Amino acid sequence: MTEEVKKTTEDEMPDWSEYRGVLVYVEHREGVAKPISWQLLGQGRRLAEKLNADVMALVIGDNVGKLAEEAIAFGADRVFQVDSPTMHDYRTYPYSRAAMKVIHDAKPEIVLFGATATGRDLAGAIATHLPTGLTADCTQLDVEPDPSRLLLASRPAFSEKMMATILCKQYRPQMATARAGVFEALPRDPSRRGEIVHVDYTMAEEAVAAKVLDFIREESTVNIEEAEIIVAGGRGLGSAEGFKLLQELADELGGEVGASRACVDVGWINHHHQIGQTGYTVRPKLYFAFGISGAVQHVVGMQNSDMIIAVNRDPEAPIFKIAHYGIVGDLYEIVPAMIEEARKRKADAASGKGSKTEAEGGVRV
Amino acid sequence: MLHIVVSVKQVPDSREIRIDPKTSTLVRIGVPAIVNFYDLHGLEEALVLKEKYGGRVTVISMGPPPAEKALKQCISLGADEAVLITDRAFAGADTLATSYVLAEAIKKVEETWGPVDIVFTGKQTLDGDTGQVGPGIACRLDIEQLTYVSKVTGYNGETKRVTVQRKLEDGVEVVETKTPVLMTALKELNKPRRAPMPGMLRAAQYKPIVWTTADFPNLDRSKIGLKGSPTIVGKTWVPEIKAADTQMLDGDTKVKVGTLFDKIWETELPARFGWDHAANGKGA
Ligand SMILES: Cc1cc2nc3c(=O)[nH]c(=O)nc-3n(C[C@H](O)[C@H](O)[C@H](O)COP(=O)(O)OP(=O)(O)OC[C@H]3O[C@@H](n4cnc5c(N)ncnc54)[C@H](O)[C@@H]3O)c2cc1C
Ligand SMILES: Nc1ncnc2c1ncn2[C@@H]1O[C@H](COP(=O)(O)O)[C@@H](O)[C@H]1O
Repeated sequence: MTEEVKKTTEDEMPDWSEYRGVLVYVEHREGVAKPISWQLLGQGRRLAEKLNADVMALVIGDNVGKLAEEAIAFGADRVFQVDSPTMHDYRTYPYSRAAMKVIHDAKPEIVLFGATATGRDLAGAIATHLPTGLTADCTQLDVEPDPSRLLLASRPAFSEKMMATILCKQYRPQMATARAGVFEALPRDPSRRGEIVHVDYTMAEEAVAAKVLDFIREESTVNIEEAEIIVAGGRGLGSAEGFKLLQELADELGGEVGASRACVDVGWINHHHQIGQTGYTVRPKLYFAFGISGAVQHVVGMQNSDMIIAVNRDPEAPIFKIAHYGIVGDLYEIVPAMIEEARKRKADAASGKGSKTEAEGGVRV
Repeated sequence: MLHIVVSVKQVPDSREIRIDPKTSTLVRIGVPAIVNFYDLHGLEEALVLKEKYGGRVTVISMGPPPAEKALKQCISLGADEAVLITDRAFAGADTLATSYVLAEAIKKVEETWGPVDIVFTGKQTLDGDTGQVGPGIACRLDIEQLTYVSKVTGYNGETKRVTVQRKLEDGVEVVETKTPVLMTALKELNKPRRAPMPGMLRAAQYKPIVWTTADFPNLDRSKIGLKGSPTIVGKTWVPEIKAADTQMLDGDTKVKVGTLFDKIWETELPARFGWDHAANGKGA
């Protein structure tokens, strides 16, 4: 955060002392949590620590006891588990009613959801019913400590050209949806202790009008959000063929192929690979940007990568500002040289030739 | 017969908005106002359904008087009637206050032209960019909501049930529910038509119906405008992309790539990924 938010005086605020703690909605498919759920639980814990309060998780589904236990391993002090056959599929009506019951009983001061289709659908319904303020699509979440305990929910505005911090002073809980990939999950710790509260809530199937008839999973083999190495390409590749070359490098290093929107728009590669504002937000250990200019909409999705390597023909390309290492040159010369170099180094290591790493005593983790 | 309401918003084309580098403020001058393009996909679907099942399409918009232009565009495309909900008292509304006013307007549409079967909103707006107004309206009207609709596959006038596909991050959900229902439109839903000549002629003559607070005698004043909006903007800033301490690598291709790999090899990555023990395969 760069500037101070105007301090709120106590007398502006109603008495909200009954509302304490951070509640995170755990989104899942068939009992398998979405990465955003644990990312938000991690961030929720950081906020709760500043507020000296608990972090709670909300798990709704059919037979989701395992998931509730997982929520504790990922940082929850208390998990509210709503378990019933009616909750097998996500449907707005039963899910929002169950969530509202938990919110009424547990009285969290902050409730967080992933800014996913489901998270936005659910949060939008709940916030209207309660009613309370809801900030969409946050990329920064912070809190002001006592006495205001305000959630500072910041999000991009005007096609990422500006950031805005949104506050909700007059209502509790304060609600927000947040983007995947921005916040870090805590390491899974099965020894962590927490309480599971079985919420007594049932709804007859006949009371629910919506019926989920089918779900066609998109058989995407890419998992760009969790990749530790991303080899990304932009319009500079010039054609869909270019991605084959990047795939070769990615295979050599054990990474995934990413793309700028320009390539997705012209159909060189599908949307599952897109990084940036309207694609995935990623934070790999190693990010290669080949022929990507570095437009702000792309950069917001990858600037937190540990090491960024940019290759571009244009020495003035903005991507060089955020890269740790830059190479000015034609990617069609550089990439093949990199593939060759990677192969050589690995072969040398395998055949026991004194590689640099061994000479320097590289650390194994 | 179907009565479909489409909620549209006129938005500044935010792609055209620039930031004044000196003052860090938005430069809105000369930025064109457009109909939020997701809303046009909602309108197109409404028109397709009307053509198939008969009925009427009513378009509503809350905004300042110039939003009339957006409504005329909807008329040119084939909407039957268009209502502008405008009043200074509505200004400064966040999604909660907006959904309240739009829900009240839809109730008034029902009083005027009969029961509504389907409400379309866009997935989200270009300026607000929240996707919350749709679910908000559905809650307030206490009707079903189907967000992120990529295809309307069926409507049964007898059972009053619709079947749609919803496009989610990990796949496509096929879901069926009863009407009345609110759906939020994705761009995958359809390809909006171009205005036909008769539509353009009608739009040129057409004056949208205007409703102000005076037209809503039971309106709860505490729920509209700035006062009815729980969220407030604390501060805004221009995100500075944190410039890295960039090291540019020189030399011919071989030297550059060699230096780069030396740098990579100085990190924990080769050990982490097993590159330094390639014979064992990847993964440390
Ligand atoms: C609302 C909105 C949302 C958006 N969301 C996203 C998003 O999520 N993700 C995203 O990526 N973009 C997004 N964009 C688009 C973004 O503004 C840029 O247009 C896009 O990122 C540009 O892609 P690019 O860098 O591949 O292409 P370009 O900007 O065309 O850059 C190509 C680069 O390749 C270099 N080059 C060309 N040939 C070679 C070669 N042989 N060797 C080396 N270098 C070469 C050029 O010097 C140039 O720098 C969004 C835009 C808007 C308005
Ligand atoms: N002022 C408004 N007038 C009419 N419809 C609106 C208005 N604001 C939002 N909507 C509708 O709600 C959808 C979602 O908007 P938002 O929640 O702002 O992203 C839009 O696509 C519109 O269909």
